[in-house]
Amino acid sequence: FPQFHNLQELRHSASLANKVFIQRDYSEGTTCKFQTKFPSELESRIERTLFEDTVKTLNNYYAEAEKIGGQSYLEGCLACATAYLIFLCMETRYEKVLKKIAKYIQEQNEKIYAPRGLLITDPIERGMRVIEISIYEDRGSSGSSSGSSSVSGSTAR
Amino acid sequence: MKNCEYQQIDPQALPTPTPTPPPHHGNDMEKKKEPRRPRRKWEVFPGKNRFYCDGRIIVARQSGVLPLTLGLILVTSGLFFIFDCPFLVKHLTSFIPVIGGVLFVFVLITLLQTSFTDPGILPRATPDEAADIEKQIDNTGNTSYRPPPRTKEVLINQQVVKLKYCFTCKMFRPPRTSHCSLCDNCVERFDHHCPWVGNCVGKRNYRFFYTFIVSLSFLTAFIFGCVTTHLALRAQGGKGLVFALQESPGSAVELVICFFSVWSILGLSGFHTYLVASNLTTNEDVSTQNIGINGGTSSPHNLNIRIFLCHFSMIDRRGFLPADESAQTGSADIELPTLAAKSEINVCTQGTKGLLESAALSPLLSTSCPQGKPQNAHSCPETSPALNSDPTSEFSKGCRGNQTSSSHGDTSRPRHTKARSKKCRREALHIPNPAFDVPVSPTSPDAAPDSKARSHKGGSLTPLQ
Repeated sequence: FPQFHNLQELRHSASLANKVFIQRDYSEGTTCKFQTKFPSELESRIERTLFEDTVKTLNNYYAEAEKIGGQSYLEGCLACATAYLIFLCMETRYEKVLKKIAKYIQEQNEKIYAPRGLLITDPIERGMRVIEISIYEDRGSSGSSSGSSSVSGSTAR
Repeated sequence: MKNCEYQQIDPQALPTPTPTPPPHHGNDMEKKKEPRRPRRKWEVFPGKNRFYCDGRIIVARQSGVLPLTLGLILVTSGLFFIFDCPFLVKHLTSFIPVIGGVLFVFVLITLLQTSFTDPGILPRATPDEAADIEKQIDNTGNTSYRPPPRTKEVLINQQVVKLKYCFTCKMFRPPRTSHCSLCDNCVERFDHHCPWVGNCVGKRNYRFFYTFIVSLSFLTAFIFGCVTTHLALRAQGGKGLVFALQESPGSAVELVICFFSVWSILGLSGFHTYLVASNLTTNEDVSTQNIGINGGTSSPHNLNIRIFLCHFSMIDRRGFLPADESAQTGSADIELPTLAAKSEINVCTQGTKGLLESAALSPLLSTSCPQGKPQNAHSCPETSPALNSDPTSEFSKGCRGNQTSSSHGDTSRPRHTKARSKKCRREALHIPNPAFDVPVSPTSPDAAPDSKARSHKGGSLTPLQ
């Protein structure tokens, strides 16, 4: 994954200014749901509606993952009958939704958040406790890094 | 937030930290494809777990009596197949070894799955998150450097629930989460730490555990029944029990083992079936605090049945370090901190608003004043007994608490009381007093998570390939 190299240099040109943590919303029980309250630190960075859309979509994804229905019962019974060895071959529904979430977050980052100097961290990396949004700021010195062309290309604005 | 000018971040150059497709529950780690030696995340995992097979297998630090459990099962089943099966196949039916074999395989597989999977460990809070939490608490007027154990009240389904702050993991524990001192991790839906399987039982491996004890009770009962039948058949015709035992000495051993285990295991299965039905964990059942959240509710949203469904097979990158950071920082991070890491202890535990500025404006590797460290090291032990008395008592109630309850005889479930008191007596022999662990645990992992935390900060930005 070659971008990794660029990231180290990028951090010199766009420094991390702050991080905002969106907490869990327990009002409807212990299912995974995040608060849609718009944090004040993001007010100057992104439109409220975009942010709320992101969080609401994520909440919907998690609700879909945790839904108990016919398919989950079937999967559960089959798994139990095979002493859970079936998971060596098969992916559970929850994992499938987690993959979808990861893709969604990446897409959101690329399209909406990175252009505004923000970055969303997948909540699964924080133990599903928070959605971490990193706020970046330009250091003021473009091209100071010995970075690759893509970096200098992005900073030369 | 100051309105600084910012450059558009090239999304191609700044890949989001999306995890690659998570592997199945056995394989928890991802290897970074780099020419230099990549270090997997488990190598800097701050808890007290041990990892095998390059991170695929996770066990608690003390394996407890897992070898004993395995040994008993193997010995009993082996004797069964050697001594009883030939006789019973001849005189009864050949289905008997088949059924026995299936049960035996089931028991072994679920036992290994229970022991070697992640019970639902919550990764510790990154320093930024910890600082953010501290900032919020400071804002409410608490000015002392190390405030007393903090709680946060949330409303869950119109019920006020207190979330406790975990000083080791530096976060408010989600509901039904508990900190296990033996493993030094916060575990979700913490049931208890089972020395028989050498691991915590929590959200992610509860179904393995439950299947294990249920199939084990079937196996024990089956073997017991078969051995009794075998001996009865042999003793027919006036030959006598002693003669039968002499002919088949293995059966005597099996009889003894099975007789003593079948009651306790059946009792344990019954107890856990009750817990599942009433949506409780062992921890909650014993402690009087959390019963309000979920105990007794039959709403489908809170059914404990969920633990058996695919819902809780969350395979995630919990507590893991992207290998690029580890490779960059070198092998010095594995053990207790180098100088750079030591300075980050200050960064991590300052807990003042200044932390955010210092963390934000400079690369995280910059050193802060070293005199902060002795302060931290000093303050840790004096607060730890008070702080960790909570998690200790919580987890220990899971098992040792049962000792007191059973000895006072105030439980209404005599069958499980006997089972649990038996188990707990044995566990008491094998678990070292967690109070001895407690003062140690906050100090040592304080160093380790910070070396890891530094990488975590990078980890939020690097691809987890």
